[in-house]
Amino acid sequence: MEIPNDLLYTIEHEWVRLKDNRATIGISDFAQSQLGDVVFVELPAEGTELTKENTFGVVESVKTVSDVYVPVTGKVVAINKDLESQPDLVNSDPYGKGWMIEIEVSDSSPGEGLLKAEQYAEQCKNQE
Amino acid sequence: MSQDSSENLKTTPLFDIHKELGGKLVPFAGWNMPIQFAGVVAEHTCVREKVGLFDVSHMGEIEIEGKDAKRFLQYLLSNDIEKMSDDAILYSLMCYKNGGVVDDLLVHRFSEDHYFLCVNASNSDKDYEWVARHSASYDVKTKNTSADTAQLALQGPESERVLQSLCDVSLNDLSYYNFKKGKVDDVEGIISRTGYTGEDGFELYLPPEKVADVCRSLMRQGEPFGIQPIGLGARDTLRLEMGYALYGNEIDDQPTPLEAGLGWVIKFNKGEFIGREPLLQQKEQGLRRKLVGIKLLTRGVPRSHYRVLKEGEPVGEITSGTFSPSLNTGVGLCYVSKEYSGVGTRLEVEIRNQSVSAEVVRPPFVPSHVKK
Repeated sequence: MEIPNDLLYTIEHEWVRLKDNRATIGISDFAQSQLGDVVFVELPAEGTELTKENTFGVVESVKTVSDVYVPVTGKVVAINKDLESQPDLVNSDPYGKGWMIEIEVSDSSPGEGLLKAEQYAEQCKNQE
Repeated sequence: MSQDSSENLKTTPLFDIHKELGGKLVPFAGWNMPIQFAGVVAEHTCVREKVGLFDVSHMGEIEIEGKDAKRFLQYLLSNDIEKMSDDAILYSLMCYKNGGVVDDLLVHRFSEDHYFLCVNASNSDKDYEWVARHSASYDVKTKNTSADTAQLALQGPESERVLQSLCDVSLNDLSYYNFKKGKVDDVEGIISRTGYTGEDGFELYLPPEKVADVCRSLMRQGEPFGIQPIGLGARDTLRLEMGYALYGNEIDDQPTPLEAGLGWVIKFNKGEFIGREPLLQQKEQGLRRKLVGIKLLTRGVPRSHYRVLKEGEPVGEITSGTFSPSLNTGVGLCYVSKEYSGVGTRLEVEIRNQSVSAEVVRPPFVPSHVKK
């Protein structure tokens, strides 16, 4: 199970890459493996204002459907359009080509309440 | 088969092999079973195009033997077993008095006075209790042999070639819905040409203490053909693409088998059987509802209990739904009133408060390739 050290995580299994005032968001390797084959991803439109801990989309796999939660507050500035035709990128490359949205962060301390890699790893271990 | 005391789940003799092969194990009908190995879509495609091996040891088996065996089964089951020959298999329902379904099952005839039933895992105790209770006034012995029987399903276009390399029965001569006693990898068992996938294939009934060896041999022999272990996830997508009913979803203790399109296994002309009267009455009055296939016309996956609408008004509920890996689209089954059951009827499926357009199709959703 891959859990990169340079990312932050939520207990709902989203990851966040924070850089300046931008946050790139996706779901973790653990999450994609629990969901199984992802068949489509529903994402918000660019420009949507999102509030931390609300849902921003839906990931539908063959087996199940799951909401995804936004880990920081801000405005959607980019969505991964490749997921429209290749939703399985979420499975094959969850931290890379399987990213979902990019947010312009309006939180003053966006990392607050998020998990570091080792904390998240612990969390996953308890759920396996 | 053993009981896992910690979670009180039963495990099949292949539990260790499942773990070795990377299976993800989940509770299913009281059993700890692999839901997937490589992934549902990959496994599904492997069965459609090559060959896959399923552990279905959780399925139940009931033996019925004695002078009255045939007469008893004629009363117990909805299908007509009168004309079955030795080594033949028949799909049937076992109904309650109200026409609801105790279970759907396969009857295997060894001889006129000796049969075995293969029943659903989730129902096997209830089924055995039902069979035993009704056998009292017949000269038959009934035995629940579920714990003494392991079962593998080898399914897919390459399954005959894989199995023949290990099997002393001439598989070319074994037709669909027939079985033979024989040896697989030197292990005595029953080889039947049946399955739940819509592909050619076999179901093997084997002694639990030997099934792990047979499983390893089949995986080894199947390697050049691209064999993969298959979990319950793909078992469900494969059966649903064929429109096969699943007990608990399309049929249950309610009297809906005719509406489910299972009239072909309910033989009113064979004489008395449990459930005959109410079902016959239903048939004579005409059915109000029908189980239909639903295919989504846009993105989305219908799932059980999602509402089905006609111009915004609820007309039914999805009984089973999934993403069809073969069609790359959402498909499901649903009971709707007759007026909406025509092929091509436009309906909507309510997915997370949104109406997704769909149309009625006649299952199977993809062509069957069973050996006729």
